[in-house]
Amino acid sequence: MKFFSPIVWQLMVKTLLWSLTGLTIGVLFFIIFVVFVNGLPQLSWEFLSTNPADMGRSGGILATIVSTLYLIVIALVVATPLGLGTAIYLTEYTREGPGTRIIRFGTECLAGIPSIILGLFGFAIFVMAFGWGWSLVSGGLTLSVMLLPTIIRTSEESILAVPLEYREVSFSLGLGKWQTITRIVLPSALPGIATGIVLSIARSIGETAVIIFTAGSSLRFPNTIFESGRTLAVHFYILAREGISMPMAYGTAAILIVVILAINISAYLMMRYFLKKYS
Amino acid sequence: MKEKIIEKILMILAFSAIGLLLLITVFIFREGLPVILKSGLPDFLFSAKWAPTKGRFGILSMIISSLAVTFNAILLGVPLALACAITLAEFTPHRWVVVLKPTIELLAGIPSVVFGFLGVIFLVPLIREYLGGPGLSLLAASIILAIMILPTITSISIDALQAVPLLYKEGALAMGATHWQAIRYVLLPAARSGVVTAIILGMARAIGETMAVIMVAGNALKIPGSVLDPVRTLTSTIALEMGYSTGDHRQALFAAGIILFVFIMGLNILATTLMRRK
Repeated sequence: MKFFSPIVWQLMVKTLLWSLTGLTIGVLFFIIFVVFVNGLPQLSWEFLSTNPADMGRSGGILATIVSTLYLIVIALVVATPLGLGTAIYLTEYTREGPGTRIIRFGTECLAGIPSIILGLFGFAIFVMAFGWGWSLVSGGLTLSVMLLPTIIRTSEESILAVPLEYREVSFSLGLGKWQTITRIVLPSALPGIATGIVLSIARSIGETAVIIFTAGSSLRFPNTIFESGRTLAVHFYILAREGISMPMAYGTAAILIVVILAINISAYLMMRYFLKKYS
Repeated sequence: MKEKIIEKILMILAFSAIGLLLLITVFIFREGLPVILKSGLPDFLFSAKWAPTKGRFGILSMIISSLAVTFNAILLGVPLALACAITLAEFTPHRWVVVLKPTIELLAGIPSVVFGFLGVIFLVPLIREYLGGPGLSLLAASIILAIMILPTITSISIDALQAVPLLYKEGALAMGATHWQAIRYVLLPAARSGVVTAIILGMARAIGETMAVIMVAGNALKIPGSVLDPVRTLTSTIALEMGYSTGDHRQALFAAGIILFVFIMGLNILATTLMRRK
């Protein structure tokens, strides 16, 4: 540092930091580029609408799309009421105190648990103890545990963003507490809550470790939620790891990335619109 | 009356998260503890002999592998993440930041299996070609994990840097410091607890990551001698063997899960307390 004047030093640091940032963003684009260049040509209506055949070597990915959708629906049906209820209780019914601190601490810890541990848990409770075996219902319920913290956090933030005056006006017009929440607060917070749910969908689509232990990896088309099913991400993992078919693997990866990017970008735009409305 | 019932119902829902956390703890311990008690905790932790068919369950090599992978990932990832955070928080015009920050956060949304796959296709051959060894290695896993934890650390660090009151920076600049000196000697120290929290959360994510690591780490069961050796982490062992394990073997995998769980809870609690002290 003695050798350079602070101005020259700053220029050097700035250059270094900019190139490192450029490198990072470059890696992101490289990943997306590689998957798209190799994967997008594989996509066709037929790829999406036929079932996998010959272990996934030929055919399409219909069964895996259906399994993925089943899992997401089950997970959200369970996690949304729990998460939304928690958020309403934390924001509308309590003051900060030991009770809320415990709930927040529990939520943060739950968010930090790695998916493999949740997979073990889901296996022990739903697959073994409840005797549901490897099934979409076991997978969906385990997934809901993973989504719960995200839904609680985003719902809480959205409800807090609704201005206090809305509630005051509603009370002054004679509405009760619960009516105020369901008719005034929740509708105003809806875009924010929806963003949280949409982001959870993106996370579910990319998840593997939780699902492979609980929903199994059967390639058959699932007729009921008590059957095993293979999600898109698990299908991709098996295709890639066992070297079954590179074109199929790239095609599946491209679908995964397209859907996840689209979801994340629209969620981001939704949240920005929502926050702008109230600030 | 109705209001009271609704409040009670919501209260019960609100304790679902903490209830699930307890349930997870109970189930993992109930399944895994018997094996640890049978072979004794020291033997379980400090023996590197993992031979499920002979009833020997020592997880030392996996613990060392997990820690090594995590440590190296932090070593590679943190400087990059901090560089991104400083650049975006200080050196970038606002209208670029609103585009670049979400772009970096998008990296966090890419599924870990995709990272692992691209690691196998691009990174592993590079390492095999230019550095030697099988390619599937501790180094490959560390690099992939470093990329995976980058967005988390960057995004929390940006928030920490932006939370420092503007007055601090203006004070430093008014005293004749350059922008970089103000960052280095005023902003970074002031944002330290936030940045440390970010790094701890990154560590927790790295040590718990499974699928990407399985794909690139080579999964050899031994204590690694160099970064080019293949390794098998706690998480990979659980995922690789869960499918066919039974009896004591399965319980031993849950026991490995207990160790992982304890590590991660420790890191999470550390991060929460740091966050709260602020």
